[in-house]
Amino acid sequence: MSAAPLWTVHSIRDALLAKKTSARELAKDFYAQIERRNPEINAFLALCPERAYAQADRVDAAIATGQPLGSLAGVPVAIKDVISTEGVRTTCGSKILENYTPPYDATAIERLENAGAVILGKTNCDEFAMGSSNENSAYGPVRNPVALDRVPGGSSGGSAAAVAAGMSVVALGTDTGGSIRQPGAYCGVPALMPTYGRVSRYGLIAFASSLDRIGPFATNIADAATVMSVLAGHDSNDSTSAAVDVPDYAAEMEKSLDGLRIGVPEDYFGAGLDLELKAKIMAGIALLEKLGCKRVPLKMPHTDYAIATYYIVATAEASSNLARYDGVRYGLRIQGDTLMDMYRRTREHGFGAEVKRRIMLGTYALSSGYYDAYYLRAQKVRALIAGDFANAFEKVDAIVTPTAPTPAFKLGEKTADPLEMYLADIYTVTGSLAGVPGISIPCGKTAAGLPIGMQIFASHFGEARILQLARAFEKAGGFSI
Amino acid sequence: MKISREEVLRVAQLAHLELAPEEVETYRSQLDEILAYIGKLQELDISGVEPMTQMRPQAAGRPHQGSATAAGAEGAVAAGTEPELREDVVVPCNVAAAVLAEAPDAVTPFFRVPKVIER
Repeated sequence: MSAAPLWTVHSIRDALLAKKTSARELAKDFYAQIERRNPEINAFLALCPERAYAQADRVDAAIATGQPLGSLAGVPVAIKDVISTEGVRTTCGSKILENYTPPYDATAIERLENAGAVILGKTNCDEFAMGSSNENSAYGPVRNPVALDRVPGGSSGGSAAAVAAGMSVVALGTDTGGSIRQPGAYCGVPALMPTYGRVSRYGLIAFASSLDRIGPFATNIADAATVMSVLAGHDSNDSTSAAVDVPDYAAEMEKSLDGLRIGVPEDYFGAGLDLELKAKIMAGIALLEKLGCKRVPLKMPHTDYAIATYYIVATAEASSNLARYDGVRYGLRIQGDTLMDMYRRTREHGFGAEVKRRIMLGTYALSSGYYDAYYLRAQKVRALIAGDFANAFEKVDAIVTPTAPTPAFKLGEKTADPLEMYLADIYTVTGSLAGVPGISIPCGKTAAGLPIGMQIFASHFGEARILQLARAFEKAGGFSI
Repeated sequence: MKISREEVLRVAQLAHLELAPEEVETYRSQLDEILAYIGKLQELDISGVEPMTQMRPQAAGRPHQGSATAAGAEGAVAAGTEPELREDVVVPCNVAAAVLAEAPDAVTPFFRVPKVIER
């Protein structure tokens, strides 16, 4: 049996129940697909076949004895390498954690496995999730499966590429400023950033704690909805996770779009947006109107300040979170004559250039004499950006924008200019700062065949609304518009 | 120029990073460009805006309330409930051996580091 891309969460379930395949057989097929495609794509950093086959056998035993199956039974899953997996090496794409094996599982991992998912391995990413192209990994860049000379986006580039190349049915990524949505757009797969607090982050290795979120990549909206049902919910191990009821996403997503108001903010369609891409997004919006949505023009006047705000807030938090890598408790140690020498040499050798750049920027923004001018001001502008969303959601049910200003760029194209790279996240960081959920869904391709992503935001805990719009769009053929 | 060579060295020291001599100017010019871009935040009038210091989850169906100037901050703090704190009960947590096993240099039950206190 070939070609994993045909499998979905739902077709796997049917095939397992009809005994047309087994979970073990499926896992084997996916490992074969990884063997075929991964050498050129570099999406995986570690595989865990022992764990995968043990889990597959549990699923197969449950089927043989007629026990109830979890909603992800037998589904092959890939996990971004910033999420802790007990006994499976977890590097965050960094040399400083090259030999780190977590002693526990993240809550998201536990939930996936309790639902029957089969974890295949860990995916490549920008070091500590800092990047927009996956070129900041200490283990080499990921290549976009759609066009191998192009980046897959970042930082969750390995997860996006794994799903796009049929090496996994679904995958987990993390999003701090666009790191799920932007690679989803570049690789042409649906990619959902849930509301801040919707999914537990226990066991997620922190980058920027007021922004980090875990969410799924899938090949279709129903699969994304199923994974969200598994991930969402309060966790007593994460005080930032919300005790808010989890809707029945599978039922909600089938509701009609009739009368829904979709906001189209002019601030996301200005200079800098690729014209070919703009035309497709406009066609996508027209399709949503045809499906019953009412289009509402919007102004979100602080959009243009989001990147500047983000690169203060995120780097300040990173400078604090990454202070823990000092060569004492885990990971790399480079010996020094004194404790201080050891800290400095370990961090100098262990961190890559972008991570050091961000630690320095964050340290600078928080340092005495600059705090008010940078960090405090950014926190205030962040409130204004969140206010743009609050105002918008008084008038509309969802906001529709492009996910990124251009399609996937070429490897090496932006590595010389960090600021240029940051601007790839210009449309995604806004929602990150505001805490609202957002998805990127495929919206056609450029003439050159590169995927285009359309972004949909909803208000806090509005994942069901997002899935509803995305599902109707998918059913109406919007993905290949 | 937003940031000097001396400031880069001072920041590196604060962050416990030991920069190679050739790195200093590279970082200086890159940070300079980024800080110049970030300078656009100075254009905004932020008088009367409360900083957004909390990302507390909010009740479903209750978006941020209030005016454009205050909504974000107010929404983040006021609309949320208190964080969900768990019961303060003792639970078994026998991971010390597993944690120490990950240390570059450990002698149970300690992490070992270069000498800190000089006699």
